[in-house]
Amino acid sequence: MSETIAIPTLAEMTSQGNKPEVLFWVGCAGSFDDRAKKITKAFASLLQRAEVSFAVLGAEESCSGDPARRAGNEFLFQMQALANIEVLNGYEVQRIVTTCPHCFNTLKNEYPELGGQFEVFHHTQYLKTLLEEGRLKVQGGAFKGKRIVFHDPCYLGRINGEYEAPRELLATLEAELIEMRRCKKQGLCCGAGGAQMFKEPEAGDKDINHERTEEALTQRPDIIATGCPFCNTMITDGVKHFEKEGEVKVQDISETLAQAIAEADAL
Amino acid sequence: MISQIIFLFILSLGVVLFARQIIRLRKGLALARPSHRHDQPSERWSTMLRVAMGQSKMGTRPLAAFFHLLIYVGFVLINLEVLEILIDGAIGTHRVFAQPMGPFYPILINFFELLGAAVLLACIVFLLRRAFGQIGRFKHADMAGWPRQDAAIILYTEIVLMLALFVMNAAESVRLEEGGFIISRHLQPLFNGWSESTLHLTEKAAWWFHFVGILAFLNYLPKSKHFHIILAFPNTWYSNLAARGRIPAMAAVTTEIKAMLDPSYVPDGSDVPSRFGAKDIQDLHFANLLNAYTCTECGRCTSECPASQTGKKLSPRKIMMATRDRVEQILQDSESQQTLLDGWISREELWACTTCNACVEVCPLNIDPLDIIQQMRQYLVMEESAAPASLNTMMTNVENNGAPWAYPQADRGLWMTESTQR
Repeated sequence: MSETIAIPTLAEMTSQGNKPEVLFWVGCAGSFDDRAKKITKAFASLLQRAEVSFAVLGAEESCSGDPARRAGNEFLFQMQALANIEVLNGYEVQRIVTTCPHCFNTLKNEYPELGGQFEVFHHTQYLKTLLEEGRLKVQGGAFKGKRIVFHDPCYLGRINGEYEAPRELLATLEAELIEMRRCKKQGLCCGAGGAQMFKEPEAGDKDINHERTEEALTQRPDIIATGCPFCNTMITDGVKHFEKEGEVKVQDISETLAQAIAEADAL
Repeated sequence: MISQIIFLFILSLGVVLFARQIIRLRKGLALARPSHRHDQPSERWSTMLRVAMGQSKMGTRPLAAFFHLLIYVGFVLINLEVLEILIDGAIGTHRVFAQPMGPFYPILINFFELLGAAVLLACIVFLLRRAFGQIGRFKHADMAGWPRQDAAIILYTEIVLMLALFVMNAAESVRLEEGGFIISRHLQPLFNGWSESTLHLTEKAAWWFHFVGILAFLNYLPKSKHFHIILAFPNTWYSNLAARGRIPAMAAVTTEIKAMLDPSYVPDGSDVPSRFGAKDIQDLHFANLLNAYTCTECGRCTSECPASQTGKKLSPRKIMMATRDRVEQILQDSESQQTLLDGWISREELWACTTCNACVEVCPLNIDPLDIIQQMRQYLVMEESAAPASLNTMMTNVENNGAPWAYPQADRGLWMTESTQR
């Protein structure tokens, strides 16, 4: 299946005198990484299905600055942040949703100090609200009895205290939700945070993503679900390392939900 | 009379020596920048009550939490008995509380003996656990040498101090031909047949041993990881109360960027730091150093750290230990040319961190190794441009095209129109 998807940019919407309910902050991975683009599309399709009026920034979006800041480059971070805040404030943006926990954390916790006050949601939080409001309906049929293990992204879970939204979404699928020993507060990092995504790991006796994937695989899951494009990459690589890609899928929760909806529609 | 003078002399000596160590500690902590953490006082007091006094973060490891609680409660309450020792020693009385408390006194002493036995048990369990348990954080290389000895000294000292109390009570009860107290009565057979004078001497010796032991232990604390029994309280008061994921913005950088973007903006130049980030402990802030002295080297941080767990050189506990050692080094030799960076903490360790916050989350005393790591990375990048090459590439991309990879910003919307195979 291939498809294109039409979403207005905030500039287009504003020129027509309209304001979206929410701005979808796509993020760098979501815009450029081939695997993460699928997550972006899945989430956008869910927003469309729920008839949410939303826009993206398109070419006006730029890196949130998170990897630069965590790497220690405060100057570059603030350049990015101040420029982004100017764009966002220029459009009088109030609510932002993002599929990346790193963008989520930075926009939510680090932009206010620099003059950017927004209501920021991670996409699992936003989807949960859409379900609760009845704007989005999910039937679990296709996933009934499937074993799904959720990997907590550090910047969603431990750092921003959101453990329940992703789990509640998965619960609607009537799947068997299983937990790793190291979950929630004790969740083990996938190895990508703090700008590790963009460098080789230091010498050690194991790669962090292998350690984490191994733990997930001991739960014999059908699906390893995540809520972060970087976790997704790291664990997908881990699954390949253990040569389990035939048996175990690594999915963003938005993809799992979109698939459930598509399969229910096809019936 | 002579014994009162000796008592008061030893007591004053112990207190003065301890006070001098506290003054020295304050001098060490004052080497750092201020932390500006005096806001939200009510939240600070409640954090202290909850985390330090209430031990609220210990429970994630229930077995350790239970035995630690025995020692904690025992230690706090047995200090009431120390009060009696102080009064007896100073005014030359014997068990000064016995008369006024009447029948409640033996109940109290029995209660203290039970606590003492609980402390003893917990210390033995902890010693055995450290010696024979398969607990990675105690076997870790961080603990080689002095840290491991320090841990053993603390546990042995506590055992010996408790035993002294039991010996004192047992010898006295045999001497007075009384039934004795709940735990120490089981030691009575050891003293059967001893002369009254030998019993009296034993009792007195145990009393003095306990008294001098407590003062010696007090003076040992500032040299030891065990300092946490005092510093836990101020340390949790100085907790970081900001959102967990927030790195505070450097004001000097904000000023500079605003001046760049707006030529009419006039910076007042008041907030320019001597150095961006941290190369040495003087660049860190007060709470970082207080954290380092508070750390009791339990190693929960290291056991939860993804880098440590996969054999990288980074160990958050070692970051704290190195910071404390470096402060001590400066206090001993203010001319010392070594710096925290490279001298005590390597670049390899700093770059291995994923900033996942597991170490911060798990610390029972709200110690924050990540804050130090982050400030040292800032120094490396902003002062030395010494990031790993691949990170430099990432940052160049962010600077040039607003993404960590080299894709043009204009292509950000392409995902909408290109057809990807799903």
